[in-house]
Formats: sequence, C-alpha cells, structure tokens
Amino acid sequence: MALLSFERKYRVRGGTLIGGDLFDFWVGPFYVGFFGVVTAIFASLGTALIFYAASQGPTWNPWLISIEPPDLKYGLGLAPLAKGGFWQVITVCALVSFVSWALREVEICRKLGMGYHVPAAFGMAIFAYFTLVVIRPVLLGGWHFGFPYGIFSHLDWVSNTGYQYLHFHYNPAHMLAVSFFFTTALALALHGALVLSAVNPPEGTEVKSPEYEDTFFRDLIGYSVGTLGIHRVGLLLAMNAGFWSAVCIVISGPLWTKGWPEWWTWWLNLPIWS
Amino acid sequence: MKRTLAIAAMATAALTLAGCELGPKQSVQNGHRGTGMDTIKLKKVAMAKDDVPAPPYDMPTGDGPKAATVYQNVQVLGDVTEEQFTYTMAAITNWIAPEQGCNYCHNPENMASDEIYTKVVARKMLQMTRNINTNWNKHVGTTGVTCWTCHRGQAVPANYWALPEPGKKGVIGNLHGQNSPVAASAYSSLPTASLAMYLTGDPKTDKSIRVVSKGIHPSSANTLTTMQTEPQYALMMHLSTSLGVNCTFCHNAQAFQPWNISTPQRATAWYGLRMVRDVNGQYISPLADTFPAHRKGPMGDPFKVSCATCHQGKNKPMDGYKMAKDYPALWGSPVAVPAAAPAAPEQPAAPAVTTATH
Repeated sequence: MALLSFERKYRVRGGTLIGGDLFDFWVGPFYVGFFGVVTAIFASLGTALIFYAASQGPTWNPWLISIEPPDLKYGLGLAPLAKGGFWQVITVCALVSFVSWALREVEICRKLGMGYHVPAAFGMAIFAYFTLVVIRPVLLGGWHFGFPYGIFSHLDWVSNTGYQYLHFHYNPAHMLAVSFFFTTALALALHGALVLSAVNPPEGTEVKSPEYEDTFFRDLIGYSVGTLGIHRVGLLLAMNAGFWSAVCIVISGPLWTKGWPEWWTWWLNLPIWS
Repeated sequence: MKRTLAIAAMATAALTLAGCELGPKQSVQNGHRGTGMDTIKLKKVAMAKDDVPAPPYDMPTGDGPKAATVYQNVQVLGDVTEEQFTYTMAAITNWIAPEQGCNYCHNPENMASDEIYTKVVARKMLQMTRNINTNWNKHVGTTGVTCWTCHRGQAVPANYWALPEPGKKGVIGNLHGQNSPVAASAYSSLPTASLAMYLTGDPKTDKSIRVVSKGIHPSSANTLTTMQTEPQYALMMHLSTSLGVNCTFCHNAQAFQPWNISTPQRATAWYGLRMVRDVNGQYISPLADTFPAHRKGPMGDPFKVSCATCHQGKNKPMDGYKMAKDYPALWGSPVAVPAAAPAAPEQPAAPAVTTATH
C-alpha cells in the first residue's frame, strides 16, 4: 500500500540487516525494524538522562541548562555522575541512537532498492559528532575535551576552544569547512529559487520544464549542472562541510598547539623565497 | 595514471603531516569543566626548563660597613654591606656580560667613574629592578626579578622592541602597518606595531587598551568600530605568545570584559601591562641620550621591554623559580620615583576563584 495514489508501493518485506521478520513492521507510516527499536530505547534514555541531569543542576532555564563533560583529572576514565558521568552516559546514548537511526535508513534503502546516499550523508554528521566527543578527547587523553550539552554553554565552548588557537579563522580546515557550508547554502538557495520559479509560472502559462531551468543557468553562468546533477552537487558540498568540520577540530590540539596564524609560516618559510 | 595519483596522494599526505606537531601533548584545565578553557602544549615545550645560574658564591650574611662608605659614587646599592655589594656585582657580571666581565661597565683604572655609558644604564636598571621588586608585587609576587630574568647572559635581552618607522606614503606597497606576518602579531594580519601604541609608558601617546562599545549601534556618541579592536587583539596575541598560553588562560570567551568570569591570572596580567609601561616610561625612555645609536631603534628611541622580555614563552618566567631571594640587594628602596598607583576606576575587581585550575 502506498500513502499517495501515485506513489510506488514502499511497504515491502525484507532488506533488514538484523532481526529478520521479527522487527519488520510499521507503526502508522513509520518503518520500525531492529534499529528503530534500538533508537527509540537509547534516544528516550538519553533524553530522560538530560532531564534528570538538568534537575540536579542550578537552573531550568532552557537556554542555560548545561550537561558538562568531566574535569581533566578523570582522563579517559569514568567520572561520578554529577561530575561529568551524566555527560559520558548521555554521549553513549546519543551515539548508539544516531548510529541505529543511520542503520535504519540503510534498511529502508535496501527495501526500496535505493543507493545509500541518505545514510552516508547522515553518517558524515555522526562522524563529525563522534570526532568532537570521542576521537579528539581520546587523542588528547581526557573526556574533558568533549563539548557540553547546553544551548548557550556549547557556544561558549566553541568560542573558548577557538580562542585557544588565538584566531581560529586561520585554521585551514576551518576555512574549507566554512566555505563548504556557505556554498551548500548558496547552492540550496539557487536550486530552491529555480524550482519555485519553474513551478510557479505567470497566470495562464504552463509549468516550465527542466529545459527552461537549464537555459536559465546557461544564460546566467554559462553552465547548468542539471536536475539530477544539482542533487549530487548538494550532497558533495554538504558532506564536505561536515567532513572538514571534523578535520578542523581534530587537528586543533592533537596536531597543532600554537596559534593558527602561525601555522601558515610554512608558506613563508618555503625554500623558494625564504 | 593510477601510479601518478598514488604518488600525488602520498606527497600530499607527507606535506600535510609536515605541517603538524606530532609529539605528545600536555594539557592544563584553565576554567570550569565544559567551558573549553584549556591549554594544550607539546610536552617538550611544556617541560622545557629555563637555565637559572647559581649564585657566584655563598651569600654573605654578616654585618659590615655599607658599600656607600667603602666605595665612591655608589648611588643605588649604597645601602647594602660592602660584602653584599661585591657579591651582587659578581652576579650581575655573570648575568649580563659573562665574557666581557667587569670592564663592560667599569673603567678598571677608576671603578667609580661613569665614563662608560653601560654603567649609567646599569644604575638605572638597578633602580628599575628595585622598583619592580618593591612596588609591583601585584605582578611579580614574592618571586621578584633579577637582571637574569630578562638578560639571560646577554648584554641586550633577546626580546625587545622599538618605535616603528613611519609607513610608506601613497598606495603602492603601503601596508598601513598591518598584513605583515611577524611574531609581534602572532603572524596574523593584525597591526604589527601594537606595542608602540600601548606600552611606551608615555601617558600622552599610550592608548587605552580596553575597547568597550557604548551601544549596539554606531552613533555620534558611539564612534567605536571593530578597527579599534585590532591593535588591541594584536597586543593580546603578543601577550599570549610571550607567555606560552592562549586567550583562555585569562579570559572566558563568553565575554572578555567582565572580571567575575575571568581567571585570577587576568588581574596579574593587568598589573603586568602597567608595569611594562612603568619600566619603559620611567627607566628606559629617559636613557635615550645615554644609549649609543646601535642600542636604539630606527626612530632613535632605546630598545624597550614587552611581556616577552621577561616571560620568554613561560607563563611564569623560569617556571616561577624564586631566584631573586638570593640577592637581597635587589629588594631595597628604589631611588627613582615609586610606581604610579593605577587609576582607581580601572582597577580590576576580585576575579572569581571558582575558575581556578582544579
């Protein structure tokens, strides 16, 4: 059965990675699967722990609630719950539920005979988070280096961590990541504007075909990547944004300890002109 | 094609890693957990020890005739015993002119003579040292300073600065005092001569370091722009690199201005900046007529001190080793004018103790 009359039948059996037929069912329009169950359990547990940890903190102001990672002295060991242990357990819950959600997306791709583009894209976001809260802390020898879970506090953490390197805009991977994020936004804006223009023609005229869309961009910039191609470009830009974000933070500390402006002295010191 | 790609990939990987610091790291927590206030350094940098020379011989303790009664023309150290005086002179020789010896400052025929300019400079520097140890304990604590703190066995300390030459006129090649990657601005595009804007010690030319906007919109009452923050940012970069720390050693980047979320070190640095002004304004600049041309910058002003002159990459020079305690002659009353008390309204409030390192 399909939700809309013209939609292909999507409730097909099989394609599961774990659990066979046992979890191969839907709740309303939502596929569950083994990984849907795991996601539900760990997302609920993690959220409940956030609320419990917040209840032990000084404020219920949603902007100011902050679940903080442990002090440096705990290294890579476990910390008492109230002294960073909550952060550690919530991090595990978050990672398990994020990865399970990605695997549930894989199962849906298998059911529909699609490529794995969607879970791969989400996987890049998980990788960036994993880099922040696992890879970099492990490389630096302490869970202390994870970021706190709070709306304002995580922004303060970003600011302070940037200022550890005097001027983070000189971080080469940060430059790439920022450029990819902005380009993703630009590409989405151009694409959205083009589609809306094509499907909202003036009163009494027909919806415009992709031929018109291509012609518009060939006029504007001399090239049109096409209706399928723009989605590949978008995926490439977005995944690169996430990837270079992960790189820019994992090199800050584990691979570079001074101010980022100083890193560029390799260019000044090239034997060609130094 | 495949081989070319493989070689290119390997070359890129090798070049990328060459730009990295791969050694083991050492971290210090500067603020409350979760704030991201930390200092991460290469272990070999964090563990590097500064040399501290031993006293020339056991410190004399006895009473005896004062130096002023034994020798002629002793204007600063006259209040210590003759034994202490000789001991201090031996140490100073070792700290500043170990190769040239006494004759770097003294005429061996007449030790009392002021004919060699370095002796006049040394007298002023002794007054400066006593002034720092007596009046600036909010910066140097009970550790104090000696000549070695800056000189480290050299007649001219390794880290100094002088007023910059005026920039080029016109458009071509005129960098407007910025965009030159030099150590003074931590190799950024920020203004290169920030020390000359803030730390000459001349109250007529030194700008206020603090840049605080009076509102969120520009107006006739609020003419500050981000441009005015740039030399200040450059000065802070100088401070960070001189001390081998980063911004979060003193500040919580949530807001740089308030004292109650800053670390206690910020108050120490506040006094330090004023101490540098005092040193440059009261002790170095007045020597402009004494120093020969090769001890002066392009504008004819003597080489001045900055944070780096003493700190040399350590947040406490020589890791806080209390070297000056072995030289009581450096703690006496300075003959020069005492340090001007900092203006009251600018005085830092007591910083929150909770942000201290755990």
